[in-house]
Amino acid sequence: MNKKGINTGSSVRKPWYEYLWIVSALYLILGIFNILFAWLGILCFIIPLIISATKGTKAYCNKYCGRGQLFSLLGKKLLLSRNKPMPRWMVSKWFRYGFLTFFMIMFVQMLFITFLVFKDARGLSETVKLLWTFRLPWGFAYRITDVPLWISQFAFGFYSVMLTSTVLGIITNILFKPRSWCIYCPMGTMTQLVCKIK
Amino acid sequence: MAKRLAEVTKDLCAACGCCVKVCPRNAITIHEGKYALVDVGKCIGCSLCAKECPASIITIKKLEVVA
Repeated sequence: MNKKGINTGSSVRKPWYEYLWIVSALYLILGIFNILFAWLGILCFIIPLIISATKGTKAYCNKYCGRGQLFSLLGKKLLLSRNKPMPRWMVSKWFRYGFLTFFMIMFVQMLFITFLVFKDARGLSETVKLLWTFRLPWGFAYRITDVPLWISQFAFGFYSVMLTSTVLGIITNILFKPRSWCIYCPMGTMTQLVCKIK
Repeated sequence: MAKRLAEVTKDLCAACGCCVKVCPRNAITIHEGKYALVDVGKCIGCSLCAKECPASIITIKKLEVVA
């Protein structure tokens, strides 16, 4: 910011939270080495909800979301984006709330599978399910085996959610504008909904 | 004289805050986590936010100002 109050974008030191993309990238990498790191992803679900419920803002999306920063970096610095407008239907409320609903249903299904493993009604699946369809063998990341099976099952399930949303986000990042994921991000839609209710 | 001004389609805004980050005049804020709000006094209609908006729902409007 210069004397006239105009943000020149340079010279000013970036605030700490603009480096959170490193945390997001690290999260995905750690999940390759040890699946139990996937549990940390819960923070990406809880923190935005706490901020919106207590402060009534979308400060998480606006400032702290490392994933958004990562998409921005991929699109703007690495030029991995066509920079085309998203189709109108993808911007519509129908699609945003529809995707949130679909995402939540799949999330509950993941929790149910974890519950079945907890109840010994199902064995541990050492796979990561990509885009809710493709089962990728992920046994190489199953390192700590002396924890209850459901803990590992939840980790595989949660990592699937995170990897799927990253892949979807990268696809729309390339096809449309950087951070187009933010428009239909279920967490973003949910926190906005919380703010509207407040 | 015509003044150029950014206009947000509030109804479609996801309040992601991408526009806030690029605004050279700090004229945009996210209003209570609901939508982007443009400060008419500060906005110079440079269109950086319109280019940035992932949803492409910011347009630049020309306002006729009576001098």
